[in-house]
Amino acid sequence: MNAVSSAVMSAASASREMSLRRVLGAYLQEARAECLRYLRNPGFMIPTLILPTAFYLMFGILIGHANGPDAPRYLLAAYGTFGVMSPGLFGFGVALSMERDNGLLTLKRALPMPPGTYLLGKVVMSIFAAAVVSCILVLLATLVAHVQLSPAQMAGLFATNLFGALPFCAMGLMLGMLIKGTGGPGIVNLIYLPMAFMSGLWFPLSLMPKAVQDIALVLPPYHLNQVALTVVGLGHDAVWPHVAALAAFSAVFLAIAARRLRRHG
Amino acid sequence: MNTTGSPIAQLSSVVKRYGNHTAVDGLDLMLHRGEIFALLGPNGAGKSTTISMLLGLARPDAGRVELFGEDPQQLVARRRIGVMLQSAALPPTLRVGELLRLTASYYPAPRDERETAELAGVADLLKRPYAALSGGQQRRVQFALALCGRPELLFLDEPTVGMDLEARQKLWVALRHLVAEGAGVVLTTHYLEEAEALAHRVCVMARGRVLSEGSVDDLRARVALKRVRCITRLRAAEVAAWPEVAEARDEGERLWLSTDRAESVVRRLLDADAQLGELEVQRAGLAEAFTELTRAAEAPTEATREAA
Repeated sequence: MNAVSSAVMSAASASREMSLRRVLGAYLQEARAECLRYLRNPGFMIPTLILPTAFYLMFGILIGHANGPDAPRYLLAAYGTFGVMSPGLFGFGVALSMERDNGLLTLKRALPMPPGTYLLGKVVMSIFAAAVVSCILVLLATLVAHVQLSPAQMAGLFATNLFGALPFCAMGLMLGMLIKGTGGPGIVNLIYLPMAFMSGLWFPLSLMPKAVQDIALVLPPYHLNQVALTVVGLGHDAVWPHVAALAAFSAVFLAIAARRLRRHG
Repeated sequence: MNTTGSPIAQLSSVVKRYGNHTAVDGLDLMLHRGEIFALLGPNGAGKSTTISMLLGLARPDAGRVELFGEDPQQLVARRRIGVMLQSAALPPTLRVGELLRLTASYYPAPRDERETAELAGVADLLKRPYAALSGGQQRRVQFALALCGRPELLFLDEPTVGMDLEARQKLWVALRHLVAEGAGVVLTTHYLEEAEALAHRVCVMARGRVLSEGSVDDLRARVALKRVRCITRLRAAEVAAWPEVAEARDEGERLWLSTDRAESVVRRLLDADAQLGELEVQRAGLAEAFTELTRAAEAPTEATREAA
């Protein structure tokens, strides 16, 4: 009897197998929904798109030339880095901390959502937002500020910014696992803005005290900015130590998030 | 109710502790196709923990939980369920149609969008952003998400909180339709009339244990009380002193009382007030049965208070 009923059960569950096409469809739907929901959310769009754009227009273009001929080029790299930080930190970190608290994540875990869909959807959204902010900045730089970029430099900057969004996704994931609930936006802003400042995104680090220059070495945006500067032709360093640093940061953030996930579910 | 065949979900001797607190204490339950199963109990009775374990959100410390013969944490098992939780803040900027498409994409053979929308009564809301909906409309959307995957077992946690009477009755109609299609339903609710109207089987929990399990009639039969209502010049304070009256109160000009000896109370009422009118005698509802059962579970404290 038991054997029969379990045979019936497993036959029934076999018919419940998802085709690969439908599983991929679920990933696509999730990524699409994540992108749409943030594109329509001014609380997300303002820090992600409007702030870097407005800063670049003001400091990079309007008063940029007063800071020397290379200012628009320098700030294209810096505000690019600034721009790709926030999708991961806010779209990932803040959203995760809220959704762990407001029942959405619980519902998604109860639903038969394919594993990884949730996180992958947020990564895709972050990269998409990074691509949009990069496009806007490059258009402003080339068309309005007349920064000369070779196709290789343009492609390199895109690649840097898109991959550069990933360490901040990892950082957002870690923060989202550590913080829970409505405290999220405040805490993430407290990290986001000082970290951008101390990494030399607003003022060149060479103008800052030695102590700040040392701290910058342990901040991910500093390393991403160094890569971006080299790509647009202003860097002095080799790129690979900075890429390695970003990879190491990502690994540490992911490890902390995973440890937290194992202990608290 | 015909509930033959193997159960589609079951808990056997399940224990779940949070720190020192035992939330679920040796629970056995079986869920069947074509049956609405209501899980009732006061706050902290262990209902949510029980549902969490069936959904694979929590693991039991002891005992077994099976969903379609599998561990509920297996995706294959959960592809056969639909879920409506008590509180879930869905993305406010997404439109209803987008939410439906997203949730349906998790399932192997979902309903088509129009069928889902019509069943749940959200056909006129598909283009609206979720945040622009009223509380009752949001609940209907959540119900639509629960049924869009053509589930064989539907979990509904307080589904009608925040709904007006009409919306609630529409949801009841939709639920009966799903059950007629062969789905099983697990319902937790604070509205006892909802359980009374819908449930084929009612389980009352308290302190992590089952106090009573059976049909609504079985449950009512466990309580011998009857309700008596009438218009009389007699006041509750006076009648409450009669030995055969369990409880009495004034409801405007009416007198309401409960008793386990309705015949003798009615005789005494008529003797005391010849003008008495609009007399009604009813069997106790689920509400009285529920109060009675859960009060019995708190027995030690109750006994000392009565003795005092």
